[in-house]
Amino acid sequence: MVALLGNPNVGKTSLFNRLTGLRQQVGNYPGVTVERREGSVSVGEGDLRLIDLPGVNSLAARAPDEQVAVDVLAGTQEGVSRPDGVVVVVDAARPRRGLFLACQVMEVGLPAIICLNMVDEAERDGAPMDAAALEEALGLPVVATVGTSSDGVRSLSEALADDAFRIPDEARLAEVPGIQGLPPPSLERWNRLREVVDAGDLADHEVTARYAWVRGLLERVRPDRDADRRRSDRIDAVLLHPLVGPLAFLLVMGVVFQAVFALADMPIGWIEAAVDACGQGVGSVLPDGLFNAFVVDGVIAGVGGVLVFLPQILILFFFIGLLEDSGYMTRAAFLVDRPLRSVGLSGRSFIPLLSSFACAVPGILATRSIEDRRERLITTMVAPLMTCSARLPVYSILIGAFIPQQTVLGFLGLQGLVMLGLYLFGMVLGALAAFVIDRALRRAGSVPSILEMAPYRLPGARSVAIRLWVRGGQFVKSAGTVILLMSVVVWALMTFPRTEDVGGDPVARAEAQANTAAGRIGKAIEPVIEPLGYDWRIGIGLLGSLAAREVFVSTMSVVYAVEDTDDEDETTRSVGKAMARARWDGSDRPVYDLATVLSLLVFYAIALQCLSTVAVVYRETGSVAWTAGQFLGLTVLAWLCAWLTYILAV
Amino acid sequence: MIKPHDAALSDLSVGGEGDVVALDADPERRVRLMELGFCPETRVRLVRRAPFGCPLEVEVGGSRFSVRVEVARSVLIRHA
Repeated sequence: MVALLGNPNVGKTSLFNRLTGLRQQVGNYPGVTVERREGSVSVGEGDLRLIDLPGVNSLAARAPDEQVAVDVLAGTQEGVSRPDGVVVVVDAARPRRGLFLACQVMEVGLPAIICLNMVDEAERDGAPMDAAALEEALGLPVVATVGTSSDGVRSLSEALADDAFRIPDEARLAEVPGIQGLPPPSLERWNRLREVVDAGDLADHEVTARYAWVRGLLERVRPDRDADRRRSDRIDAVLLHPLVGPLAFLLVMGVVFQAVFALADMPIGWIEAAVDACGQGVGSVLPDGLFNAFVVDGVIAGVGGVLVFLPQILILFFFIGLLEDSGYMTRAAFLVDRPLRSVGLSGRSFIPLLSSFACAVPGILATRSIEDRRERLITTMVAPLMTCSARLPVYSILIGAFIPQQTVLGFLGLQGLVMLGLYLFGMVLGALAAFVIDRALRRAGSVPSILEMAPYRLPGARSVAIRLWVRGGQFVKSAGTVILLMSVVVWALMTFPRTEDVGGDPVARAEAQANTAAGRIGKAIEPVIEPLGYDWRIGIGLLGSLAAREVFVSTMSVVYAVEDTDDEDETTRSVGKAMARARWDGSDRPVYDLATVLSLLVFYAIALQCLSTVAVVYRETGSVAWTAGQFLGLTVLAWLCAWLTYILAV
Repeated sequence: MIKPHDAALSDLSVGGEGDVVALDADPERRVRLMELGFCPETRVRLVRRAPFGCPLEVEVGGSRFSVRVEVARSVLIRHA
């Protein structure tokens, strides 16, 4: 087992991808939201296990990422065997911080290989490293790699095959302060590194001394100048220009949003058609009855419900991959950091929140890119308030049926204004919620993250492709299983207890549905939702929407005994008409008056009625408390706002 | 006691350079900054400010970082 260690942005993961290809597994370390990446690389006769450690700046661990890296290297990380060697990946064009890390590795006596990555850039930018001289000076094997081609990593795979790791010779370290007189390589030195950090001034001295050593080292192994950044600077002059920069940013974000929103439509259509076909096929083969319904309407529909997210997720992660690998992501975060930070979010919250306008599921998955744990959490909590595309059918049917088609100020359509108003409402509420949660979580001494703005690089096609494959698989396996489970549960609630021999008669179907668990729950919660202007039928609609908000229309079509035709618009219109006719039980009072409709719109704008989102939040936060808190909090908030709306509107 | 210094990193004009004198921050933050390269006697340069004045793009040791204003304020420098 060999570990890859290095600063962020040195191409470590590209190297890992190049070496392991698809033979890798991604997960989490137990108890922390730090990503775990392991894989196998074939070397010579056999295989070698490779673990890609989180990018770190120092082994004196303070953040969870660094702690995991240290624990893995020390052999104390649960579930991971102690690495036999560590490859320290250093950016050949910007070697100082990498060599600082290498120094720490040498101090604790781990068998190591130094890997100078991106040597082509260093060469091109006028600051080539003399690998041989470095090897001479350190007494450790040094290989030069270019992570973007198979050829480029050959020296590393050969070194791994030869098991070229070497433990640094004590004499080499004599120039590095603070290690004389230490016991032989052991856990003792790791603990000492941590203690030293806590001792204040001593830590300052150590860090300074290490960098002085690095300076001396560099004088011997490369020309006395830093790598040129001309190309990147020219691009930055445009992309970070006070006027052009924000415009370019809006353009880029517009493209990403359009892609996630619109490009995904076709593949989603294909998947839905395929799932339908599969369901029909299986349904015709199995004998009629409960099991048939379970498999077709429960399981197959449930799996379909998971797969249908894949196009948007893959498209979003494709763009995120491009933006991250090229280096633009840090520039984007740089531009919007200030306004977002005033509400407790981060510059890196922008893309997750933007994608949440299409669908919160990929949006929340994208919050992984936010390094600061608190900012990531707040972004996740607030993402569902961004008006997602699944709310649109609900908005459309209610606005279309009940908001008059008037114009305001002579040209603005009232219906359109209400729709816009709902979008803005979601955003404003999101900002407020973020602000409140931020204040509540604030504690003294939280360390703001400092992001490196690496030079622009061309993203590697292979790396992006591998990452998509891994992310997609991860989603299906982890979130997917939870979503499937939840949708089967909702199906069961909507199906049992069954009324036999219902047939196709809409009225009979409506009665049968009222009899199910969902129907009874709808009736049971009526007292709670009545103050909002809803009756028990709407209650059923709310429950059905838990599976997916857009299910509202088809659920209501059953509730109101409407013919569910294949033409969506037809059905929508019919349901709208049925709603207009609906009356409170035992009276002539219409259910859907303006107050109820507005209240229902507000409720949908806020409530987290999407179990898929809940599943993904749970997977990303790893915390039942936060997931349940978000669900309950949003539900209660939705209730309160809907209630206020109802009272004010009546 | 703060060592004699000319200004903070956040006070530099765009393109301005200075040498780090000291870091006016608590130990945790100080070590973090130093590990990134902000050690005494190291040259730093203010590359640009973001549109709203925060964060700042700063160059040190051949690397560039996006640093928030309050953090940059804690990096005390001597003009180059």
